[in-house]
Amino acid sequence: MAETKEISIGDMGARAGSYHDELQGEDMEINVGPSHPTTHGVLRLLMELDGDIITKCEPIVGYLHRGDEKIAENMTYNQFVPYTDRLDYIAPLANNVTYAMAVEQLAGLELPPRCQAIRLLVTELARISSHLLGIGVYGMDAGAWTPFMYTFTEREKLYGLFEELTGARFTTSYTRIGGVARDVPEGWLQRVLDFCDQHLPILEETTKLLTRNRIFMDRTEGVGVISKEDALAYGITGPNLRACGIDLDLRKDRPYLGYDQYEFDVPVGTTGDCYDRYLVRAEEVRQSIRIVRQVIKNFPDGAWYAEDAKKIYKPAKDKVLTSMEELIQNFMIVTEGPRMPAGEVYFEAENPKGILGFFIVSKGGGVPYRMKIRSPSFCNLSILPKLCPGSYLSDITVLLGSLDFVMGECDR
Amino acid sequence: MELTSILLKIVFAVLMIVVVMTMAGYSVLIERKVSSWVQGRVGPNRTAPFLVNYIPFIGPLLVRMGIFQPMADGLKFLFKEEITPGHVNKTYYFLAPILALVPALTTMVVIPFGQYTDPSTGASNPLMLAPLDIGILFIFAVSSLGVYGIVLAGWSSNNKYSFLGAIRSSAQMISYELSLGLSVFPLFLWLNAPGVEGGLGLNAVVDYQQNFWFIFVQPLSALLFLVAIFAETNRLPFDMAESETDLVGGFHTEYGCFKFGIFFVAEYAHIVIGSALFTLLFLGGWHFLPGLSDPWPAGWIGAVLSTIWFLVKTVILIVFFVLIRWTLPRFRYDQVMKLGWTILLPLAIGNLILNAIIIALIDSQ
Repeated sequence: MAETKEISIGDMGARAGSYHDELQGEDMEINVGPSHPTTHGVLRLLMELDGDIITKCEPIVGYLHRGDEKIAENMTYNQFVPYTDRLDYIAPLANNVTYAMAVEQLAGLELPPRCQAIRLLVTELARISSHLLGIGVYGMDAGAWTPFMYTFTEREKLYGLFEELTGARFTTSYTRIGGVARDVPEGWLQRVLDFCDQHLPILEETTKLLTRNRIFMDRTEGVGVISKEDALAYGITGPNLRACGIDLDLRKDRPYLGYDQYEFDVPVGTTGDCYDRYLVRAEEVRQSIRIVRQVIKNFPDGAWYAEDAKKIYKPAKDKVLTSMEELIQNFMIVTEGPRMPAGEVYFEAENPKGILGFFIVSKGGGVPYRMKIRSPSFCNLSILPKLCPGSYLSDITVLLGSLDFVMGECDR
Repeated sequence: MELTSILLKIVFAVLMIVVVMTMAGYSVLIERKVSSWVQGRVGPNRTAPFLVNYIPFIGPLLVRMGIFQPMADGLKFLFKEEITPGHVNKTYYFLAPILALVPALTTMVVIPFGQYTDPSTGASNPLMLAPLDIGILFIFAVSSLGVYGIVLAGWSSNNKYSFLGAIRSSAQMISYELSLGLSVFPLFLWLNAPGVEGGLGLNAVVDYQQNFWFIFVQPLSALLFLVAIFAETNRLPFDMAESETDLVGGFHTEYGCFKFGIFFVAEYAHIVIGSALFTLLFLGGWHFLPGLSDPWPAGWIGAVLSTIWFLVKTVILIVFFVLIRWTLPRFRYDQVMKLGWTILLPLAIGNLILNAIIIALIDSQ
């Protein structure tokens, strides 16, 4: 028979005057998560409540820790690609691309334009997919279920496109060091364009449910304001940083994958509250669609992998079966991994959730000596102890929804 | 009282409980179907009792409409394992669902749902269980007891989420009861204005709306009443009691199986009763259309027709409730209180005073 434990909320008279002049109850300690509808995964928040107002909030992370960084030391560079799927599992393609580019920077590889265009295209599609989920779940956190269903239907179409391209809907593992797993299928680009065409009106319809909705604005405006200084001090990146009014987008500031060839705007917020974070995400989806259209318009021909990187990218299967040299190359790449020079590299790219960085130390050979992942979700969540106190308990859903984090990436 | 009339009353009472419970069950179906249509989904379309699928045309159609889904839902609650968490206060834990459902079912005693016109004399009588003179007051008195179920559930569960949900919803229901009551008082002022034989019964309100509906004459009252009903039934955008994203399940977090089912039915019974009340007070009850005389024939056929017309209006309102839920986000707790105390209550008081002045002016001339 379990014991009954009473929550002592009352008993105010007994404590009156003991430590304060006025009547006072005690703060309630409440544990949100690790399994709780608002935490989108396994985030745990230990909070103290004064009535309905949060006085202290301590995020406890690590429930999804798998030791990805240690795992990376025990496998070849290509074998780690599937693990990057499981970082930000809302946008696995963007992780694949960022990881492959970090390793290629270590090897000093130059990619052919078609490979770059494919990678840029899938990164932007992953961004659309991630932001759609961000907006939808955000609406659901505020109590509006319908936008979530609308955006999820759209993501379903994107999953169809991903499956056609990579063979998997969710865990795509699309990139290889020195290229991508396979070329785009025939007619796929046209289907992406079709998706963009039909997606925009649905996006407008979805945001119409939220953007000028009085209740939604009341819930989000002025809630969870992050100042510019705080945002920089806590290392917040991505849409959350841009919502604070800081124009930092690596796609513009340090262009990679040929982002400088395309025209797009970087939406920037003014106040840094939850409402701005929503607006920035919605606008970034539109800008991503703009980029996708431009990429497809001038889609380059040619190879979709680095042809000169014979010791890094696996040779084609028919050559492996007919030519001696390619057979040996294939054997070496599969057994020992791509041949990498010794050295250190840090590469970061603008992922949907923020800046994802890979720091790789190599002592040569096909296996990294040490790898460090800078995950944007972890840094974005670090501001919670500062952000939460003073807001209502109900605000916590909106706050977490607006930060749009993924625990797979945060815990690594 | 004769034995037959007592027996008739009992049969009526059982019938009404069956009807209200069935309507509560089917408003769950309405909720599920309408929400799936809103969101581009299909909704329940599989549940089929034995052999129903073999009835040509009608069988598959009914299955696709999910007509049998509420039965499956109810049976599911019945057959689930009865779990009582170890940390609850058992007496109140078991009492809470009962206290939640009883007021919802009691209010229907004074709700008229149709009229019976005597073919020989031409006199028409409302169909209701108890023609109380204090109808509306009885409803307010009893339905406000429903908050005890929620508060007890929250306290006895010994769970912080339940507790917060219970505290929020009790504060909310008590605040909105004021606006709820004050918003309909103008109606009864007109009903009892000098020269009108009114009373406080709901059948009197319906009789008064023979030629016009109150929603056109008193739109402000109707709006206030509608908002307050949303708050009283704990429906989104006012579902502070549950607000599942931050309070997990709110006051019923610790409840499972049939006890949860009772809370569930109570919530929907509240919606049914709320819609019925709005229909009676503002949409002319069973009267056909504003300005048109009722086409119901005398006798029992007319009684059934008027009841069906009343139910049609009620169901339309239930659909409206559902549509609102799947369109709007949820208020925050402090915003709910602010809306109730600083906007709805002053408006309701102002509306009441305005109507009182108008009646007094008309009377003095």
